Amino acid sequence: MSGTFVGMPSFPTAARGALADETLRGNLRYATHTIRDKRAKAVAELDDWALLREAGKQIKDHTLRNLDRYLLQLEEAVTAAGGVVHWAADADEANRIVADLVKATGESEVVKVKSMATQEIGLNEALAAEGISAYETDLAELIVQLGDDRPSHILVPAIHRNRGEIRTIFASEMGKWGRAAPDGLSDAPGELAEAARLHLREKFLRAKVGISGANFMVAETGTLAVFESEGNGRMCLTLPETLISVVGIEKVVPTWRDLEVFLQTLPRSSTAERMNPYTTMWTGTTDGDGPSAFHLVLLDNGRTATLADETGRQALRCIRCSACLNVCPVYERAGGHAYGSVYPGPIGAILSPQLRGTGSEIDASLPYASSLCGACYEVCPVAIDIPEVLVHLRDRVAHQGGRGHFLERAAIKAAGWVFEHPGVLAAGERAATATRKLHPSRVPGAGAWTNSRDLPPMPPESFRDWWRRNRSQGAAPAGGRKDDGS
Amino acid sequence: MSPASPSRDRILARVRAAVDGAPEAPGPARTYRDTHTPEDGRVDLLAENLADYRALVHRSDEAGLPALVARLLAEHGSGSVAVPPGLPEPWLAGTDVTRVPDAPGTTAAELDAVDSVVTGCAVAIAETGTIVLDAGPDQGRRRITLVPDHHICVVRAPEQVVGGVPQAMPRLDPTRPLTWISGPSATSDIELDRVEGVHGPRTLEVILVEG
Amino acid sequence: MRVALFVTCVNDAVYPATGIATVRLLERLGVEVDFPEAQTCCGQPQYNTGYRRETVPLARRTARVFDGYDHVVTPSGSCAAMVRDHYPAMGDSAAAAFAPRMYELTEFLVDVLGVTDVGAYFPHSVTYHPSCHGLRLLGLGDRPRKLLNAVKGIELRELPGAQECCGFGGTFAVKNADVSTAMGRDKARNAVSTGAEVLCGGDNSCLMHIGGVLSRESQPVRPLHIAEILASTEEEPWS
Repeated sequence: MSGTFVGMPSFPTAARGALADETLRGNLRYATHTIRDKRAKAVAELDDWALLREAGKQIKDHTLRNLDRYLLQLEEAVTAAGGVVHWAADADEANRIVADLVKATGESEVVKVKSMATQEIGLNEALAAEGISAYETDLAELIVQLGDDRPSHILVPAIHRNRGEIRTIFASEMGKWGRAAPDGLSDAPGELAEAARLHLREKFLRAKVGISGANFMVAETGTLAVFESEGNGRMCLTLPETLISVVGIEKVVPTWRDLEVFLQTLPRSSTAERMNPYTTMWTGTTDGDGPSAFHLVLLDNGRTATLADETGRQALRCIRCSACLNVCPVYERAGGHAYGSVYPGPIGAILSPQLRGTGSEIDASLPYASSLCGACYEVCPVAIDIPEVLVHLRDRVAHQGGRGHFLERAAIKAAGWVFEHPGVLAAGERAATATRKLHPSRVPGAGAWTNSRDLPPMPPESFRDWWRRNRSQGAAPAGGRKDDGS
Repeated sequence: MSPASPSRDRILARVRAAVDGAPEAPGPARTYRDTHTPEDGRVDLLAENLADYRALVHRSDEAGLPALVARLLAEHGSGSVAVPPGLPEPWLAGTDVTRVPDAPGTTAAELDAVDSVVTGCAVAIAETGTIVLDAGPDQGRRRITLVPDHHICVVRAPEQVVGGVPQAMPRLDPTRPLTWISGPSATSDIELDRVEGVHGPRTLEVILVEG
Repeated sequence: MRVALFVTCVNDAVYPATGIATVRLLERLGVEVDFPEAQTCCGQPQYNTGYRRETVPLARRTARVFDGYDHVVTPSGSCAAMVRDHYPAMGDSAAAAFAPRMYELTEFLVDVLGVTDVGAYFPHSVTYHPSCHGLRLLGLGDRPRKLLNAVKGIELRELPGAQECCGFGGTFAVKNADVSTAMGRDKARNAVSTGAEVLCGGDNSCLMHIGGVLSRESQPVRPLHIAEILASTEEEPWS
């Protein structure tokens, strides 16, 4: 396995492997169900949750509508506070900017805070190509990096690994990257966390360059915020001499006060805590405290294209809490890797095809990777109507061409014609019921259904025929159209 | 100054084109609460929520503080303590452990050898069990509350304690470096189960000083 | 009050007993029900598969068919949700005007008729699956449960993981058949674990999917639409 998603098969194909992996199914079920119940409790503590959710949505919508203004205000504030702002239109440009900044420091290793944006652009691989080692310091990212694995969850990238697998990875791999895991390491989470502490501490203490993303950027003050739990974020954000933050342009909010909404909704939605253990907020540079050089790389990489879509742009409200993943029955069974993107789950199914386009097999299949059950929308703290965007993107995929969709379109047209002509529909139903004794419960050509499920038996007559025989003379009131349209 | 970049203009132009003609979106209504807690319940709730996330909570009056700080350092077996430049003198008056003053030149590696740190705070939030540090004189540079494994934080109750997050915002200056702390370092990265103690101080003790 | 039945295409062709039960139930409660025979399909399968523009003529047509009725009742949460949630945004004024007159059966009983005890008799053990569209889009809440609670002789059993999707999802069931089946199996397992004789729901398409799994696995639990339970009486019991 490697760190990239190029050439991913379609979602149904990729999901098949995950479904067959009993360990993976068990890991995902346990983890998602645990957090699901906790989130519900944490949210129920706030009786104004619906109002906070609405405020979060409004802040994001207002910002997106005026994004140019707030980005310029942010740039001005960050610059005034001693930071340097860079603009990157795509992944290549962002990677180039970061690599050049690191090289300018003369360093060949960096410590990283978990960041979705840098995952999205493949920064670690780009830095490695320039001879720069990037060390992930978030526990789950460390597990993924040491295991030469791919992330499968936004908040907990190693959610697909259980404690026993993590123990094995630590025991065999840590020594190759630095301080080895202690002898006799058990699979107790406390011991595993201690092993990570010891392994990473030497890296934190000598690091000269830190790389991060940010959860929020405040336009009026130039303040950036990183929410985390372990303290690895604080280490990377305060100990190095140079800090480089790569942040999507949609992460800006207008005012300092706007953070009071997300400080309440993000922790409860993501880790189901009243508050995450650590949040670091910094504005440019501060003399004698923290990095003396701060660079902010503002990243587009498909975001402006997403912004241009009237229905799809709501995906840019996302604050990466991952509540939608944790409640999603499809994610729970298919696992994160099947989504072929650093953004898995329901939000990934609407974000990846917008950021990357629907040209590839995996991206064209993602909008269909949902039963539209609506659980994601219900828990989303910024009220992204994910089912609405999924259906919207299906429309885009269905009409962009391709043989499969050509046949489907023809079938839909034919069905439309039948539904326009109830007489034809009734005749078809009669033909089906007349031959019902001949219908097997496994029908050739209907394999996608009948491989695993029986078809219901056909009834002796349709409802409309029953109605004609029993009701259509007497009970019907006057009015209504009685024509059968044929 | 930002480096000149053609991408800056390109991104801004694309943003403008993307929302051109879209209806104006009003700002937030802010109909949510600024607190969920009655004023007289705040200090108790803070203590409860801190403890819920495995912080050790102690209550004291001003006169008892030096002895309490001394006892906590001793119980932790600390031989050295990092001291912010403006820490009130009496707080450490009861102990003779080695004081390591917070100085610009102190390296992280040096701090790694320090056992404890004692600070004040800027504000504490009852509903979330949070203390916020703003690098004020009684708190020092961010690194001294990060590298040592044992953090003792003194909160003046009730004056430094607010109910909800929105009440904390106007008390904080975002141009200062801020660290929001809710319990000791923790992780949920193994099976989404919370365990305490990774990179930050694994022991957080909060002293609520009343009266 | 002029009331029409929108039976839905799936019920018409595959589950006529649900339509018949709905008619009998409503008539027993004194409602005169009409069935405009020009009705066909609300367009949900096409719409949710990505053929929105192809759905608009069907929506317009459905709205025209039910023109003049005060209330239109359907024994399907998802078809009701299709009309109520999506018709207003289709850019067709007739479809938009029709949307608020569409009621899911349990909603019509509780909110419009104001009844929870419909005089039903059903001496069997039953577990209830609240389908997603009824639960989350329509917000049916405890209406179905109130109706079932009032049924004489019934023994209701709690379905573990009740609020989780069964995995049907329209064309999802075939486009992502493996994931759909995995979800269906979990739902079926939960239903079997209750030991109930009957798995009851308000959407036959979900029941078709769960029932298909139950049948393939030779499980004794019988899927049944809530209309058929509510229509059952001591004089004319369900069989």
